[in-house]
Amino acid sequence: MKWDTCDPSVQYLLHLGDDALVLGHRLSEWCGHGPILEEDIALSNLALDLVGLARQYYQLAAQRISGGCTEDHLAYWRSDREFLNHVLVEQPNGDFADTMARQFFFDAFHVLQLDALQHSSDAELAAIARKALKEATYHAQHSADWVVRLGDGTEESHRRMSAALARHLPFVEELFTAAAVDRVAFERGWGPDVASLRASWLELVGEVVAKAALSLPVVAPKLLRGKQGIHSESLGFLLAEMQSLPRAYPDATW
Amino acid sequence: MSTPDQWPLWEVFVRSKNGLSHKHSGSLHAPDAEMALKNARDVYTRRSEGTSIWVVPSSAIVASAPDEKEVLFAPSDDKVYRHPTFYEIPDEVGHM
Amino acid sequence: MAPTVDLEARFLAYVAAENKVEPKHWMPDAYRKTLVRQISQHAHSEVVGMLPEANWITRAPSLRAKLILLAKVQDEGGHGLYLYSAAETLGTSRDQMIDDLLAGKAKYSSIFNYPTLTWADMGAVGWLVDGAAIQNQVMLCRTSYGPYSRAMVRICKEESFHQRQGYEIMMHLARGTQEQKAMAQDALNRWWWPSLMMFGPSDDQSPNSAQSMAWRIKRKSNDDLRQEFIDKTVPQAEFIGLSIPDPDLKWNEERGHYDFGAIDWSEFFAVVAGNGPCNTERLEARRKAHAEGAWVREAASAYAAKQSARRPAAGLPAKPHAA
Ligand SMILES: [Fe+2]
Ligand SMILES: [Fe+2]
Repeated sequence: MKWDTCDPSVQYLLHLGDDALVLGHRLSEWCGHGPILEEDIALSNLALDLVGLARQYYQLAAQRISGGCTEDHLAYWRSDREFLNHVLVEQPNGDFADTMARQFFFDAFHVLQLDALQHSSDAELAAIARKALKEATYHAQHSADWVVRLGDGTEESHRRMSAALARHLPFVEELFTAAAVDRVAFERGWGPDVASLRASWLELVGEVVAKAALSLPVVAPKLLRGKQGIHSESLGFLLAEMQSLPRAYPDATW
Repeated sequence: MSTPDQWPLWEVFVRSKNGLSHKHSGSLHAPDAEMALKNARDVYTRRSEGTSIWVVPSSAIVASAPDEKEVLFAPSDDKVYRHPTFYEIPDEVGHM
Repeated sequence: MAPTVDLEARFLAYVAAENKVEPKHWMPDAYRKTLVRQISQHAHSEVVGMLPEANWITRAPSLRAKLILLAKVQDEGGHGLYLYSAAETLGTSRDQMIDDLLAGKAKYSSIFNYPTLTWADMGAVGWLVDGAAIQNQVMLCRTSYGPYSRAMVRICKEESFHQRQGYEIMMHLARGTQEQKAMAQDALNRWWWPSLMMFGPSDDQSPNSAQSMAWRIKRKSNDDLRQEFIDKTVPQAEFIGLSIPDPDLKWNEERGHYDFGAIDWSEFFAVVAGNGPCNTERLEARRKAHAEGAWVREAASAYAAKQSARRPAAGLPAKPHAA
């Protein structure tokens, strides 16, 4: 099966789907290990929403690739060099503050991204985004709630939360730096000019960070090329684990 | 090992459909009202849309506690129809 | 004042007439203690029971399977939560119960001390372990303690898909490649006997059974529940072409039930005593999650305390406002 089809809309759908799948997968690693039962359940809900969203993007992509391609081909048979997610979402869970920092940064972006995608000239993509926006809004509230509670909680939680923000902030610039996949999407009217989302993101995030008695440190952005399939070392392990069964039994269906 | 102050307990009431009254669904622990509401949505409605949720600190609930044991232990014996065993349910129907 | 003996006799008559006992009712101390022990054990089982299945969430072989398994394990967490809440109505805090679990003082179902080694174990666990649990839980929907009974009703509603998803996994494997079929049979071989042990030793060996029956906490004997489970499950195994690993298993026309081989109770007691394959890992995982979550829970409490200190006195709205 070939993924680099001539249809650039497929590349864009894969990029969107990969963000959702990889982040959902990371969140699902918390299941059974959350800081309290109520939050364990909440984290699983986030994961369910995101993996569910990935399926919708992949199903649409598979349909456009045709030739019997399925969502599972796309999730289980591409290598890490073919995954087009942002490097932010593949970052390991770390402690609860790390998970919330990663989530909070992504959620704020995701809400803005989906808000724009609702008006995509790709009607099928717009339909997916409309539904996902409700979920993402809820996610963004949830992660913001935690950033505020951890930032303005105890001394320890404040220290951990500011460290987590500082650790994840250098990954943020990639969200707003257009790669080829974004540029084509913008030219065709499928998706937003990602750079244009930066100001609103800063506003959303800044408000919460202030409420949390935290501040965003000045950091140099990392050189990241996730959207071109060049990832951090952790993605290879994530995929090795996720894809192990279908690859061990290539003739099997599940 | 335990947190010195366990998160308080909240009672959750859910109105599942318009026009119905809120019904007690269960309880949960949450640090504050805002989180209690969100957890309630996660736990008790699996976030289905269009439902209305109340959360009430369990400590704010005043419950009747008749000290007259006589009253509590005198079930309405004259109203056998209130006993589930009054009804013959065929086995195939299973548990009700 | 009525003497205690009289109260206990009336309590027995009250529950015998299928009345529900509610938190504020008078109840014998032993009834309360038994319930706290049983409900908290049940809650611990749900929560510890998340671990063997969570072990495969990141390796589910399809996106659909991943979602189903995640939702299923999440449900178990919800069940734990409902049950802790039910136990809390009896005056024991969740923290206390969790401390007992982590200190190794409280028990949970031994089945979760077995490892999940292959994807087929997700099938076997859903089909057999949830199947056996449902057998017990359906009975408990009619238990005499109101909050416990209501929690069980809610749980049983959610359980309906657990066993089905497990059986579906087994069915796919049993109809798949040779390797998949072998994987399914291997899982059944490993989970069959531990599943039968989930119902506990025979009632004549279970000292508390008779009392629990009299109190209407428990409605059926361990042996009856086990027999029902076997009778239900054997045809399901046959249907997908898997064989039950019991040479003595055969239909007994006269009894109208399956006869089955002797259960190795020494294995059961070894696992209960803490020597199962995964007892250490399961408790370690719970301890780690609890310890690493402590600062998170404390932070949220501290934030809530600050917020209420910042707010004007309770009962007085900050500003007059129109309804
Ligand atoms: Fe359960
Ligand atoms: Fe279950």
